[in-house]
Amino acid sequence: MDTVTVIVGSSIGGVRTAQSLRLEGYEGRIVLVGEEEELPYDKPPLSKSVLAGTATEASICLLNRDQAEESGIELELGHPAIGIDIAGNLLQRQGREALHFDNLVIATGASARPSPWGHRSGIHVLRTLGDGRSLRADLAKGGQLAVVGAGFIGAEAAATARALGLEVTVVDPLPIPMSRIFNAEVGQWFGDLHRSNGVTTIFGTGVEAIDGEQGSFTLRLTNGQNLEAATVLVGIGAVPNDAWISSSGLLVDNGLVLDEYCRAVDAAHIYGVGDVARWRHQKYGEDMRIEHWTNAVEQAACVAYNITHPENPRAYTPVEYVWSDQHDWKIQVVGRVGGKAEHAIIGHPEVHGRFAALYTVDGTNLSGAAIVNWPKALLACRRGMGAGITVQELRQKLEPMLTPQPLRTS
Amino acid sequence: MPVVKADLAACQGYANCVVGAADYFDLDDDGIVVLLKTEVPEAERARVVEAARSCPVSALIVED
Ligand SMILES: Cc1cc2nc3c(=O)[nH]c(=O)nc-3n(C[C@H](O)[C@H](O)[C@H](O)COP(=O)(O)OP(=O)(O)OC[C@H]3O[C@@H](n4cnc5c(N)ncnc54)[C@H](O)[C@@H]3O)c2cc1C
Ligand code: SF4
Repeated sequence: MDTVTVIVGSSIGGVRTAQSLRLEGYEGRIVLVGEEEELPYDKPPLSKSVLAGTATEASICLLNRDQAEESGIELELGHPAIGIDIAGNLLQRQGREALHFDNLVIATGASARPSPWGHRSGIHVLRTLGDGRSLRADLAKGGQLAVVGAGFIGAEAAATARALGLEVTVVDPLPIPMSRIFNAEVGQWFGDLHRSNGVTTIFGTGVEAIDGEQGSFTLRLTNGQNLEAATVLVGIGAVPNDAWISSSGLLVDNGLVLDEYCRAVDAAHIYGVGDVARWRHQKYGEDMRIEHWTNAVEQAACVAYNITHPENPRAYTPVEYVWSDQHDWKIQVVGRVGGKAEHAIIGHPEVHGRFAALYTVDGTNLSGAAIVNWPKALLACRRGMGAGITVQELRQKLEPMLTPQPLRTS
Repeated sequence: MPVVKADLAACQGYANCVVGAADYFDLDDDGIVVLLKTEVPEAERARVVEAARSCPVSALIVED
């Protein structure tokens, strides 16, 4: 009888696990179970090109029915998984019969952290295609947009809305945006970027309550100020979709807890991939969970390899990588940055139109980098991280590349 | 033999492909992908397809 791999979660992590299994020569059945009715779609464009209207919904489809059939991937969409019978190797679903599996891959991702100020229409989060559609529809009505949270998604959506011609205000309780990820100097430049593109920023201030209705909200801020807005986007992070797992007896701790090979610590034939996965990073000696696209793709490849090579599985030890597009900045972050890491900054946004902030945890070797508008530096950093380059060596390599070229500001 | 093709207009210079297969992909000074070779021997197929699929904007395909 064929073996069966059931994959739960029909987004980038789940789809790529299925495709990578076939690439590794897996010949058993592959069943992809998804809660959403939609065909699998990609999320990063939801705050960028799709929100801007420069890319269509069709262009972000990750797997259509023909491609699924060609690759022998059985799509079971529209019915969420609700539990796992580990001893019986069964995945329980809502409104459908349970599915038998030999291997189970959990790729249920994360959800937008819900708005603590109510959910009525006109107050948005941005995570799913449906969220994107309704936000886009409201932006098309015009009027002020208030974005609560200056993280990646809030900042991107603010930039996109600004480019669409809306008046946009971003509110964040942190005095310096992104300063949890970067250091203050770099964070400050992000604030400058928004302001120079016409976004109003209110930083160091939280939201107490949101009064009013769609089209005429009033945000009451913790500094006593009131902010009027037609539409509100709440971008305050994501929470892993792990509640449905914990009732089945698998260990869950802000994500499904996995070993270094991405296998559940208490069931070696159950794997985790993507935003929901908390695995042991062998090189860092820490349990980590990463909410970025490239991680979902790389972890999917690793899990597919481990399912097809159970006798010599590969430990998953990626270098973190995330990109973000805001206004005319292409921001890329590699490895470990910010926090207590020392840093050196090469280039300046206003002088060179690009910069790289290099971070070192041990005072010598590169541990991470934040790079804006500088592909060659990105590549040098991503390569150097693998080879163990020092900040000093990298600095000598990058500095001669800098030529003054003022950043365009609109 | 399978060949790898790049959509240079779509490429955004994320360098995921270079990290995935540095013997096939590089970046030029403008941060656009450069194909170092295009023919993919069957034995390397899985690795190169994986690297091509790691492109966030689907700028790379491996064709038969
Ligand atoms: C607007 C936006 C912009 C982003 N931009 C970037 C970017 O520029 N760069 C970057 O690196 N990353 C970005 N990300 C993050 C990136 O998209 C995620 O890291 C990635 O989607 C994670 O993939 P995943 O498959 O693990 O989880 P998800 O994409 O969250 O998918 C999980 C899937 O599982 C389904 N599911 C959940 N529970 C169940 C259940 N019980 N049963 C069945 N199915 C279930 C969900 O419906 C969903 O389809 C962005 C995310 C968003 C929302
Ligand atoms: S991964 Fe894609 S976008 Fe990035 S450099 Fe390669 S081809 Fe270009």
